[in-house]
Amino acid sequence: MSYVTREAIVLDALVARVAAPERGAITSFLGTVRAGPDDGPVVRIEYSAYEAMLEREFGRIVDDAGTRWPGVLVAAQHRLGDVPLGEASIAIAVAAPHRTPALDACRFVIEEAKRRLPVWKREILADGSAAWRDNTGGRVPAGRPEKGGA
Amino acid sequence: MQAIRVRCRLFARYAEVVGVDDVELEVPAPATVASAVAVLRRQLPQGHLLPEHPLVARNEAHALPGDTLRDGDELALLPPLAGG
Repeated sequence: MSYVTREAIVLDALVARVAAPERGAITSFLGTVRAGPDDGPVVRIEYSAYEAMLEREFGRIVDDAGTRWPGVLVAAQHRLGDVPLGEASIAIAVAAPHRTPALDACRFVIEEAKRRLPVWKREILADGSAAWRDNTGGRVPAGRPEKGGA
Repeated sequence: MQAIRVRCRLFARYAEVVGVDDVELEVPAPATVASAVAVLRRQLPQGHLLPEHPLVARNEAHALPGDTLRDGDELALLPPLAGG
């Protein structure tokens, strides 16, 4: 199953993929597009990626979680393309026999995703201006024509 | 002098800066990630605007500047990551 979607993420579908009678704990994480107080109101974010690597790297992160917390099952998706304000760009569902590994593994997957996935975001503000934003707080003005990335 | 051929991918802001997102490069052997990045920065018209030490991937996995490149490898220059 692909880790990438261009449609609205359906968290229930991810939860359904990991739920099982022997797993008594399911945790989930949704990352959503927020308005952003820094430079004016954000109306949407355009997500692009090195898609082939994104699939493989997300798979490696999920494998790493399975190695660290045996018995957990992870389902995850990153949305690409235009993501409007308030909608989810990433979703993670983790099921485990008990709550502690489910919570810990979910935290691990989102932190590693932010650190390792080859994804980029171009914020579009209400005034039509655009900026490349990264996970270290960096912000660089972007050109109008979208170019590059998948 | 022997050379290897490397496919070089650029993404997001880096593609915007240099105006291309997919380049075939000839790099003198023995080649490393760092030597290929140096060739790319010299060869592209706006290549000097790319960082000397960008985040890189080789064949769809994170890589380091000293990693060896082989003929046919795919090198990707990754702008600061922004997933999630």
